[in-house]
Amino acid sequence: MTNVKENRPGPEVTLSPPVDAGNGLKTQEMVISMGPQHPSTHGVLRMELTLNGEIVTRAIPHIGYLHRCFEKHSEAMNDYAKVIPYVDRMDYVAAMNNELGYAIAMERLMDIRVNDRVEYIRVIMSELQRIASHLLAVGTFGLDIGAFTPFLYCFIEREKILDIFEKASGARLLYNYIWIGGLMNDVPADFKTDTAAFVKSFRPKIKELNDLLSHNKIFIDRTANVGVLPEKVAINYGVSGPSLRGSGVEWDLRKDDPYSIYDRFEFDVIVGQGEMGTVGDCWDRYIVRVWEMEESLKIIEQALDQMPDEGDVQEAVPKKIRPPAGEIYCRTETPRGELGYYIISDKSTTPFRVKARAPSFVNLSVLPAISIGAMVADMVAIIGSIDIVLGEVDR
Amino acid sequence: MGLLDKKFQDSNIIIVSLEKALNWARKSSIWYMQFGLACCAIEMMATAASRYDFDRFGIIPRSSPRQADVMIVAGTVTLKMATRIKRLYEQMAEPRYVISMGSCSNCGGPYWEHGYHVLKGVDRVVPVDVYVPGCPPRPEALLQGFLHLHDKIMNESLVEGTGSKPVVIHDKGGDDIQVKSAEETDEHKTARIEFPQQDVARKKEGA
Repeated sequence: MTNVKENRPGPEVTLSPPVDAGNGLKTQEMVISMGPQHPSTHGVLRMELTLNGEIVTRAIPHIGYLHRCFEKHSEAMNDYAKVIPYVDRMDYVAAMNNELGYAIAMERLMDIRVNDRVEYIRVIMSELQRIASHLLAVGTFGLDIGAFTPFLYCFIEREKILDIFEKASGARLLYNYIWIGGLMNDVPADFKTDTAAFVKSFRPKIKELNDLLSHNKIFIDRTANVGVLPEKVAINYGVSGPSLRGSGVEWDLRKDDPYSIYDRFEFDVIVGQGEMGTVGDCWDRYIVRVWEMEESLKIIEQALDQMPDEGDVQEAVPKKIRPPAGEIYCRTETPRGELGYYIISDKSTTPFRVKARAPSFVNLSVLPAISIGAMVADMVAIIGSIDIVLGEVDR
Repeated sequence: MGLLDKKFQDSNIIIVSLEKALNWARKSSIWYMQFGLACCAIEMMATAASRYDFDRFGIIPRSSPRQADVMIVAGTVTLKMATRIKRLYEQMAEPRYVISMGSCSNCGGPYWEHGYHVLKGVDRVVPVDVYVPGCPPRPEALLQGFLHLHDKIMNESLVEGTGSKPVVIHDKGGDDIQVKSAEETDEHKTARIEFPQQDVARKKEGA
């Protein structure tokens, strides 16, 4: 327990006066610091918790431990294409989705049309990435709760996806694969068979994961009715992605504001039902991710069937990227929610400004609202269920 | 272990054998501090998980610095985090080691030029034993880093004044790399984090 008063920049927390507990002892509120070095904060988040015994009466997230100057770098790069590696490093567990959002925003700004092969490869890649990201989220969520085994099972599957990415792009984690106007290079010849084999082998694993974790009594006890995020609160805070759908709101940009070629696929939007407790609790947010993997598999299967074999993936890649003066806001659905890019161009080859509306940052803002009244041990479950990536929160 | 270090006047056959046994024990169960900063943390997790499996080297994650032998600095070290890393390093019990994982913590990496909030190398705040290059390094690279750390530990001595011998790592296709011994990296004790804005303020005061 650290006294956090020394280096806290914000206003002083006023603690309630000591209360007589009746047995000659006095109780008083206590401030403790959770993180930035804490195994369950998913990175370097620091929570300042005011506790009344074991009950959280106030929670303040302190961020900025991973501020890596994304906007400064975008402005300093003398090429729009050079921003892509930094885009990768924002949400580093879903790099493909981040690249896709940026590429689509730039293509809309420059009015570039890409061919069908590029579109299908992009969709397959970003759906595979969504599965990989959800596997990591689900696995580490189990780890936070105390279930170690599902984490290892999730990582076996995740490695298979990374193998597919590695064959195509050469990298395991940060790819720089989706370029403005195309792709870095074409997929290898056995891409279709590899991906189809993965889809076939992964389907039964979702059931296995459900048996291992989702319907585990201890897991349900730790997550059901914990950290309930009501629909209205979620919308008012601008929460998006699985955290919003967990609260029962049917909102998915792939359906409601289709980008790329998502309007060609049939899939369902998974929403929380409150099966184990209340709608919008930690278990709902968790199960939405699990079933979204199934929906992603559906999209991948359809895309593999429809994908044309012909087409140059670098056909529309511009030699010199010099968009017309103007601005654009483009939003896409990443595994964490609505990722928006606001790009301003001054007709030069350097971006005037690239602002990212990061879903993790917005989702994190709801944490103080839903953690009041929770037990201090449940904070771990609440943080894990919101599934934040600190690289994206701080950018 | 700390009771014996540097306490003997000169080396003899018993000491040499004992130190080998101690070093072997030390290297065979290295516990690392589970402490991810950024992208590299995901690769560190992947190294610990199913396919690459740290456990077969006796490398086990620990959540508390007090139980850890090695700190893997996995990711970008920002100025706000740098003081925390120094504090965590100081909380670890000796003998302690630091592996700097990835370009960011080696030298600032992609954030070297314009990263106004990024520390240009974690070796400015804590002494580093092994640098693992890559952005992010593959799990194999991190495992290789641990094998190099094994070499370094096996070369340590209990004899006063000898310190840990520099380890020469033979890599194919490159010049031999000299790993600095503990004495050479003492700079960290006097090193200070450079905050650009503070420097500006100081200059103004001086003027």
